[in-house]
Amino acid sequence: MSGTTELSFIRRYVFSTDHKVIGRQFLFTALAFFTLGGTLAMLMRTQLAWPWQEIPVIGKLLYGNSGNILAPEAYPALVTMHGTIMIFFFIIPILSGALGNFLIPLMIGARDMAFPRLNLLSYWLMVPAFLVMLSSFFVATGTAAAGWTSYVPLSALRDMIPGSEAGQTLWVISLMLVGTSSLMGAINYITTIVMLRAPGMDMFRLPMTIWALFVTAILVTFATPVLTAALILLLLDRSIGTLFFTVGAGGQAILWQHLFWFYSHPAVYIMILPAMGIASDVISTFSRKPLFGYKPMVYAIMAIAGLGFIVWGHHMFISGMNPLLGMTFMTSTMMIALPSAIKTFNWLGTLWRGDLHLTAPMLNALAFVSTFVIGGLSGVYTAATPVDIFLHDTYWIVGHIHYVLFGGSVFGVFAAVQYWFPKMFGRLMNDSWGKIHFVLTFVSFNLVFIPMFILGAYGMPRRIADPYQYEMFASLQGLNQFMTFSLYVLALTQVFFFVNVFYSLVRGKAASSNPWQANTLEWTVSSPPPHENFHKVPTVYRGPYEYSSPLVAEDWLPQDRFVDGARPPSVPERPYPAASPASD
Amino acid sequence: MGGLVPGISTFAAPIDRLFMAVLIVTGVAFVLVEGILITFLVRYRHRKDRRATFIHGNRTVEATWTIVPGLMLFGLAIFQYGTWRQAKIAFPDDSGAQLVGVSANQFEWNATYPGADGRLGTADDLAAPINILHFPVGVPVIIELQSTDVIHSFFIPVLRVKQDAVPGRPVRLWFEATQSGQHELACAELCGLGHYRMRGQVTLEDPASFEAWLAELAERQAGG
Repeated sequence: MSGTTELSFIRRYVFSTDHKVIGRQFLFTALAFFTLGGTLAMLMRTQLAWPWQEIPVIGKLLYGNSGNILAPEAYPALVTMHGTIMIFFFIIPILSGALGNFLIPLMIGARDMAFPRLNLLSYWLMVPAFLVMLSSFFVATGTAAAGWTSYVPLSALRDMIPGSEAGQTLWVISLMLVGTSSLMGAINYITTIVMLRAPGMDMFRLPMTIWALFVTAILVTFATPVLTAALILLLLDRSIGTLFFTVGAGGQAILWQHLFWFYSHPAVYIMILPAMGIASDVISTFSRKPLFGYKPMVYAIMAIAGLGFIVWGHHMFISGMNPLLGMTFMTSTMMIALPSAIKTFNWLGTLWRGDLHLTAPMLNALAFVSTFVIGGLSGVYTAATPVDIFLHDTYWIVGHIHYVLFGGSVFGVFAAVQYWFPKMFGRLMNDSWGKIHFVLTFVSFNLVFIPMFILGAYGMPRRIADPYQYEMFASLQGLNQFMTFSLYVLALTQVFFFVNVFYSLVRGKAASSNPWQANTLEWTVSSPPPHENFHKVPTVYRGPYEYSSPLVAEDWLPQDRFVDGARPPSVPERPYPAASPASD
Repeated sequence: MGGLVPGISTFAAPIDRLFMAVLIVTGVAFVLVEGILITFLVRYRHRKDRRATFIHGNRTVEATWTIVPGLMLFGLAIFQYGTWRQAKIAFPDDSGAQLVGVSANQFEWNATYPGADGRLGTADDLAAPINILHFPVGVPVIIELQSTDVIHSFFIPVLRVKQDAVPGRPVRLWFEATQSGQHELACAELCGLGHYRMRGQVTLEDPASFEAWLAELAERQAGG
């Protein structure tokens, strides 16, 4: 099909229906928002280290009106936008948007997504979402400032905080667009994975990354509409004076929390499951060994997704929700640690008696495992309701979520970008630079976030602009300064990553089609893959992790290579043709 | 390190014991997992003459590492019920307790104490100055908490009490302090630009001093 239609530059690179182009678009926008979210974090931590001090250089630019010093209303705004941007504009778009788009058709042996135009729309709906959210930085009363959780009534009543003026409205509208975009992506992913798998690609021959993206898409489909509904109610409360969240008028403030967390708890898994899939693929490849317990790994993902819908109340143990409910939510929350534990044990099982190649992507995948363990285990404390009475809304929670989302998801992103970069751009990233970046990131990350558990044990609440107003937290300033300094190192370290990405784009070593000698289908086509991916739709003979198989002399065995003794495909040629956007 | 800040209420000890229990369970899990990870990284690092073992898993091993942690986690959950019940469900009887009304608004705590009739919400209630709270030691204290604007959260770390105040939903919380002293009450839920300075001064004192302070309040109110 390629070559028969000449697409204009705009159709090819801007409004493209090619999943690979859309994936790259998501990648670069998400990385841009990663730097913005990181900058906000640095401003926050600067305030926590030296509250109400003049901020050199950028203080004048950002806070010139308040004497180069953070105004009291600016801190909650930073907290809110850091969380919002990192979650909705970095982690979710880079995992589902960038990697999901790029990898799903390639790894299942399809020419493109099932609905290429819907795919195009899902990216181009994100663009107004970005613009609306960014524009809120320029309104006089500032961005939304009620936290990324935007609890009502703080977020509903305009005079409660300056950010609840126009900024909050823009926040709501932007997130409605993000949610709709996610939903379009998710429906596309589910359809593609169910309908467009290459012959022989049984569900239980899918790589774990695809399984994870598949289950993530199901989570998005069921959870996101609930957030969108809540956002609509909030928008109506704010604009035409409905009273959905106003007590005394028949509404309930706590209703927002139930709706918000019914989405946002599954959303935590939306942000971690793809990284788990990535870690599984990368670890198996560089251990040169089959993934240990493939089916238990799949079932564990399903269990996390299922249980993920019945644990939201653990965010509300002290909200005044009936304390009896706290007991059931505690039990389900404790049990959701189990599939995560099973996954961790299986990753260790994969390493056992492997032949470990410690490349930069592998090191990041291993960092994912080792820090995700801390993220998971620190959640057991807060699942325990009596202990959570103390830890709730303290820095313990901030430490916990960052061990899951930075220690987990972001190391997963680093692993994925370096692993699939050659496939995306036809050039390898520099592995030595990758290792320097890894070591510095791993060390400084832990130096920033481990102390958060100590702050939590002192009871230091989150979202406090100046903790030293309290005598009981005055002694913690030194520790906070140390954390802030470590964050500066962590942020500077990311320069290595960005330079590596952009330098390698132009000057990187040219990549062969299969530089890692991996088994999955994306490595059977050229790097980068041609338009429509496969000249001939591949036939799949085996699972994705047949490394060091005794059937062949080399230590890898691609899914599509026929060897004597291999099982023939159990699924015959499908009646559905692979999608071909040019002919629809 | 090694625990929460020292606690001084009747359920501080059980809560801290549960914290330690979780610390031990998760600590062992942490050391085991990271230890095995590092051992494997060293032991199985790439060597030219070695080929990885071709193995896809093991049912017995899977079953073991599913059932054992599953039972442990379930047990850990059950283990929490008693203290949760004590702290949030099984309230002491009003008659033997000191009632205190606490109303939160941006960015202050307002405490009221029952007057001679022993009931809150009547004309003889005694209002404490803004952000000043006194509680007797050795007597159960029941707080009727409410908010008049946005959500606040009543948090006294040393007493191991935290409770959100959601507007329109008055809620009760209780504690019994075991030691007198000066402490701080923090707002633990983002409530606006002054959230960081929503700080209450808490005085825990023996019942006699507490009664004297109430009498002083009553006197000031009558004179005022």
